[in-house]
Amino acid sequence: MSSILTWSTYVIVFGALGVLALGDRAKARQAVKVAIKSFLGILPIMLAFIGLIGLLLGVVPTEVISRYLGQGAGWWATLTAFVLGAVLYIASLVSIPLAASLLRAGASVTTIAAFLTGLMMVNTVTLPLEIKYLGKKMALSRNLLSLVFAFAIAIVIGMVLQ
Amino acid sequence: MNTNLPQQMSGGAPQGAPVKKTPKQMLADYRWVLIIALADLLVWVFWPAQAAPVIRNTWDYLVEMVVILIPVAMLMGLFEVWVPKQLIGKYLGRESGWKGVLLALLFGTAPTGPLYVAFPIAAMLLKKGASPLNVIILLDAWAAIKIPQLLIEARFLGPSFMLVRLALTVPSAILMGWLIQKGIERTGGLDLDPAGSENIS
Repeated sequence: MSSILTWSTYVIVFGALGVLALGDRAKARQAVKVAIKSFLGILPIMLAFIGLIGLLLGVVPTEVISRYLGQGAGWWATLTAFVLGAVLYIASLVSIPLAASLLRAGASVTTIAAFLTGLMMVNTVTLPLEIKYLGKKMALSRNLLSLVFAFAIAIVIGMVLQ
Repeated sequence: MNTNLPQQMSGGAPQGAPVKKTPKQMLADYRWVLIIALADLLVWVFWPAQAAPVIRNTWDYLVEMVVILIPVAMLMGLFEVWVPKQLIGKYLGRESGWKGVLLALLFGTAPTGPLYVAFPIAAMLLKKGASPLNVIILLDAWAAIKIPQLLIEARFLGPSFMLVRLALTVPSAILMGWLIQKGIERTGGLDLDPAGSENIS
């Protein structure tokens, strides 16, 4: 299923590029340039995270991961993962493979979901910048509400998929 | 596609590469990769039994990541040339209704960089008269349901995880936007720094 999705992504994306190239070659070339730049831009941190995942999975036994992050670890594990996610700043493109590696090693869906929703929706590190641009009212209320919604979403994901 | 990527590890500046960087900058960019490689080396020397699983896991994830990252990066490129950032502002006003909500969602999921890039855009939209509802939806979508991110999520955590999270996040973003808009209306408008009615500093 995942790989069908991946290959259809290839067909759609590069098909769209082909269509764009037929209509406007300069724009298509520009798109390829931006694509290469994005790829190279994310590569250093991506490779570092992949290395970290490899090291983690190779060295830490899965029993340890499932003991501290699995079903049996309970609410504290979920809450800790959520708070970690909320205060850290990790690009989601690299945090998702990390979360997936922990999930595959035995962490619970709720805990992994809490880590990811916290990371994505509660933006503590960029909050000062958000206040500067959008004002205290909007920035603080957005992040406070996100805190509530992110946790609720993680719980529901856990209930649906566990 | 001939991407002509420069070599990842150190070893001199790539020739004719699209991004011009000195070897020193490259080294700084890849410092974490080097640190991890060093840690791998230590495992290999002091704990040889674990070296094989470390290498296998690293390789598996590398392949999995590169396979999905190629179309994701291409998608980012296509969005960059296709999505007109300036035009969006005038369709996100207070009277835009469901059309505005939909547009804010669409614009937010179009991949255009990290969230902090969205703040100046959001501020610009607010000053041009976009509703807080639509701006919050835009920011929430940008933060949590960008399309490249969803593709990576489907690949690594499975399509059902991605779809369930997406289905929960969209109504949450709309509800949050509505709540914040009500709150702002009740407390006397926005407190934007330069153009607002009250000052924050």
